[in-house]
Amino acid sequence: MVRLAGVKKNYQRGRQTVEVLHGIDLDIASGEFVALMGPSGSGKTTLLNLIGGLDTPTAGTIEVAGRRLERLTSAALAGWRAANIGFVFQFYNLLPVLPAWRNVELPLLLTSLSAATRRRNALIALELVGLAARAEHRPRELSGGEEQRVAIARALVSDPKLLVCDEPTGDLDRHTAEEVLGLLQTLNREHGKTIVMVTHDPKAADYAGRRVMLDKGTLVAAGA
Amino acid sequence: MPALNQLVSLCWLGLGTLGSRLASALVIVVGIAGVVGVLVALLAMGAGFEATLVATGAPDQAIVLRGGANAELSSSIDRQDVTVISAGPGIARDERGRPIVSAEVVVVVNIPKKATGTDANVEIRGVGPEVYALRPNVRITSGRAFTPGRHELLVGRGAAGQFAGLATGATLTLNQEPWTVVGTFESGDAHESEIWADAEALQSTYRRNAFQSVTVRLERPELITPLEAALTTDPRLHVDVTPTLEYYATQSERLRKLIDFLATTVAVIMAIGATFGALNTMYAAVAARAREVAMLRAIGFASGPIVVSVMLEAMLLALLGGAIGAGLAWAIFDRYTVSTLGANFSQVVFAFQVSPGLVARALGLALLIGLAGGLLPALRAARAPLTDALRAS
Repeated sequence: MVRLAGVKKNYQRGRQTVEVLHGIDLDIASGEFVALMGPSGSGKTTLLNLIGGLDTPTAGTIEVAGRRLERLTSAALAGWRAANIGFVFQFYNLLPVLPAWRNVELPLLLTSLSAATRRRNALIALELVGLAARAEHRPRELSGGEEQRVAIARALVSDPKLLVCDEPTGDLDRHTAEEVLGLLQTLNREHGKTIVMVTHDPKAADYAGRRVMLDKGTLVAAGA
Repeated sequence: MPALNQLVSLCWLGLGTLGSRLASALVIVVGIAGVVGVLVALLAMGAGFEATLVATGAPDQAIVLRGGANAELSSSIDRQDVTVISAGPGIARDERGRPIVSAEVVVVVNIPKKATGTDANVEIRGVGPEVYALRPNVRITSGRAFTPGRHELLVGRGAAGQFAGLATGATLTLNQEPWTVVGTFESGDAHESEIWADAEALQSTYRRNAFQSVTVRLERPELITPLEAALTTDPRLHVDVTPTLEYYATQSERLRKLIDFLATTVAVIMAIGATFGALNTMYAAVAARAREVAMLRAIGFASGPIVVSVMLEAMLLALLGGAIGAGLAWAIFDRYTVSTLGANFSQVVFAFQVSPGLVARALGLALLIGLAGGLLPALRAARAPLTDALRAS
């Protein structure tokens, strides 16, 4: 599903070039649930952004779902993300003016589905995360855990090949975090979703099938 | 279809968050309302002035002035010349066979304005007995017409509204002789700014023998050419013949150009200010929604619809401001009557005219400001680095 070879990423800070990733090689098979771990500044979010097609590498190759990403233009990348990637962010990034089901519907606006089909699919996704009864509620009427579950429903609704989760429990209390992680684990085990999740939390990483450790931009361990 | 879906959703999202950005949105609305309001008011003044003078005259009328004179005050036509002019070809005659001609005298007097109490130049026009046949649009609205040979005055509706002491029955002292106002008239043109009297009586008061102009009515408009040819080649005369429509349009041209220049200058300066206001507001709007927009781009929304939606929002706010400004200008100024110095160094009374065409021009300017104010913020929204924007606080 994911194949990275010799991936480097540089950032420009003033006149200085900072290399954040130093030649990463990584394979993630279809159906895996991988936790990307490491201290702050280790490059794990940068790596996740590259896998999700939000950024492009300075060097090396990235192949995700059979497509070489480093060759795509930003417009082509946007189309590719819409078709292949579901994103779950730390701060949910729901639109406050829309009810839950409208938030979930957003990725479907990029398809040619009818309005009725979009609504039906959005409600199915909400049911999958246990929030069918909250479909008409706006984000401010939901708890943090519910908001993140809506965000997961939004990530799932277009049936992407890969779920990319950036600290999905970073803004939640322990109990709610476990509920969300359990949901991700169910999606992986029962629905076969490939998941790559960035986390600081070893307990969160326990829900993944494999941990990948980064330190100072280098892969230090990629074991089970 | 997906692109339209994206655009509609993005516009809906933008409008949905307007409530939380009300103060900054008002900067655009109020700023552009001010620009459009001032522009509409200034242009309405120019349009009203021009319309008043352009409405003066008729296609079958011509004015005869001394050769080279560009206005009545600089013209002089002798009594014997009036006889020659009245016998010119193509001049219409009344049922008794008399030529429909009015040899006219123009005198400027000082009369205080009602609004300010300050003296203003008001034109007293001495007219001939055929003036009502010459200008059939003139209608006496109160009192009666002046009696030829007597010291009586008929006051135009505009002059009666703007200047003090012109009510029916009032007395004016002209060159130390008392004259009585006997009625008012309306004509729907620049003559409403004038006071009319019998030309012979006015000449007597001011010890004059000559007239300033002769206005004639033609049997048909196209007969102006032979009349002009006959009068300008007659060795006894030294005159210019001009269609009255052309004459009064020329009289309005200088002031209209000045007003247009002023309106454009003021509008451009204000529009620059309003554009910066719109820029500031839309930058703030884009900043406030940076993470939302980044999320939408992350899940695959294209840059094009994002740019268009931000610009549409700016243009919608601008249009709202423009409509408010134009509406206020219309409510306050449409048909608002004022007077200003016109031809013959005398006051022309006219009403502001807020026309649909003028409002459309002003709304066009509002949209242009919205477009200019929305473009750069829209590009910023679509080009901001995704990875930074997604983590923006």
